[in-house]
Amino acid sequence: MSTQYPALIVIVPLMSALICFVVGWWNRNFCYKIAVAAIAVSFYSSVVTMKDVMANGVIHYWVGSWEPPWGIEYVVDYLNGYMLIIITFISLLAVIASKKSVEKDFPEKAPAFYSIFLLLVTGLVGITITGDVFNVYVFLEIASIAAYALIAIGKRDHAPMASFNYVIYGTVGACFYLIGVGYLYMVTGSLNMADLAKLLPDLYNSKVVLVGFAFLLVGVCIKMALFPLHMWLPDAYSLAPDSVSSLIAPLMTKVSAYVMIRIMFTIFQPVFSFEMLPVGSICGWLAVIAIFVGGIRALAQKDLKNMLVYILVAEVGYIVIGISVGNRIGLTGAILHIMNDAAMMACLFLIVGAIAYKTGITDITQFRHMNQKMPFTMAAFTITALSMVGLPPACGFFSKWYLVLGAINANQWVLVVTLLISSLINAILFFRVIEYAYFYPHPEHGAEEHVHATSHGHAEIVMNEAPLSMLIPILIMATLILVLGPFSGKIISSIIQFAIPAGF
Amino acid sequence: MDFIIAKYNYWIYIILMMIGFYAMIVKNNLAKKVVGMNIFQTALILLFISTGVKTGGATVPIVIGDAHGHAIPGTLHAIDYINPLPHVLMLTAIVVMVATFGVALALLIMIFKRYKTIEEDEILEIRRKEAFT
Repeated sequence: MSTQYPALIVIVPLMSALICFVVGWWNRNFCYKIAVAAIAVSFYSSVVTMKDVMANGVIHYWVGSWEPPWGIEYVVDYLNGYMLIIITFISLLAVIASKKSVEKDFPEKAPAFYSIFLLLVTGLVGITITGDVFNVYVFLEIASIAAYALIAIGKRDHAPMASFNYVIYGTVGACFYLIGVGYLYMVTGSLNMADLAKLLPDLYNSKVVLVGFAFLLVGVCIKMALFPLHMWLPDAYSLAPDSVSSLIAPLMTKVSAYVMIRIMFTIFQPVFSFEMLPVGSICGWLAVIAIFVGGIRALAQKDLKNMLVYILVAEVGYIVIGISVGNRIGLTGAILHIMNDAAMMACLFLIVGAIAYKTGITDITQFRHMNQKMPFTMAAFTITALSMVGLPPACGFFSKWYLVLGAINANQWVLVVTLLISSLINAILFFRVIEYAYFYPHPEHGAEEHVHATSHGHAEIVMNEAPLSMLIPILIMATLILVLGPFSGKIISSIIQFAIPAGF
Repeated sequence: MDFIIAKYNYWIYIILMMIGFYAMIVKNNLAKKVVGMNIFQTALILLFISTGVKTGGATVPIVIGDAHGHAIPGTLHAIDYINPLPHVLMLTAIVVMVATFGVALALLIMIFKRYKTIEEDEILEIRRKEAFT
């Protein structure tokens, strides 16, 4: 039984998606329970798998017992074991938090929502776990198609149009990836990642391999919304229902970043990606522009969710910087930042969902007295904000530290400056929200207003906290952000250093 | 010239892909974009199928075996059969394409219900007007 855990991670959400839809015909309330249970099983399986990897080394699971390179192989090593835990954990919290907002926004679509939600999780874990490049394409499309549908499921105005743009961009991305796979298949006759890694080094001078690599990378960059291919992201993620954006915003881009790391470091060797081709410097410059464009566009937004999606564009730039500096410390920072950023984004989008559910407010300028209305949520927001800015006890500091160190080691001073300026931009962005929530109206005016208000007899601001199903995931996430920081040394020494290819 | 004729299927793949790509980027009508998307994906099928081709009379692989399905030695030469794997991959890709096509059409219906048009510039115009009011 224990050897079947890698398969369970993928199979359980996939099968439950079908069960969810059928059961939803006679009782809608079961769907939520099925979804939570399925993702919990998936999370448990990935924890067990990761433990197994740490005890016994890399796991090779042959699907249907077909021997690779002919059959599809699931390979779990330190890198994707770590990714699987992040993905399943965040989707577990997201699905728990989705209960109330689904009941409020679209109760009649609950069966469809949960079954597509489970398909999306299936796609995300599938991309991560598989060791077969064509299988990555299939799971990438499962995840993307589920995301297209989920974005348009809500009643938000303009959401179908945003989703349609995502369909067009996403399809181009997936097709480019598929062309890349086709070109590699033409010269090697193999689709297995480990097999490709063995066969490709002799062919590094072939033009077909070069074109294949370029197609793979561009395809993945579209999926991860690296500037200038990010045009679909802001609309699609900000118009998605809150219960959906707390799943896709933290995870979709991170999983694509994972695929990018796999392509550049596992399928191809760093020698090819960095020394034979200028991929590092191209991606580095794009990441710099992404960070600035994301930051500046975020400054222009009044709506909290719109602000967050532009910050997400900038955060993608962070991860790409870590990958593009092409040294061990930078890559450590990138892998660490995948986790930290997923945690921070999940927390922020859950908070947005909770605030919108309870008060209906998304405009930052209307956040006054939010600290009294929703004290726990805003406390979590403050912790996450400090982490986004990069203050030490929170986890955001540590990954930025490694990213900056990596950039210094590579003598890429532009990247160092960009990272530091971007922290300042984040400080402005988040302190603006905190100021509106905590300190507005300003103390001296506040006292006056208070006296004025008591004379009319309605000064009390009632505490109106989010329901527990939303609050608990938020608080867990916020605690994790604080806890992961001091433990990042341990995470690096026990997981990430083994996740980076040897000799790099 | 021989270069073009000998690999004509690859040239057709490139031309088809570019037609699809052009339609996806330039066309104003969203339905035409979806059609372009389909042409783009179909071009990929042609690419993959072309990789399975072997010249010199290779045919569809049929395994000739005994009653228990064991291949009889000497009857199966890989050179006589085209590579079946790309075809299998494309069966999967076709399923993916159909699903994408379905989602895109469903979204088109939603867009048409909302804006009463599927011309992109008119939709942008409507959005701009509504943003001001």
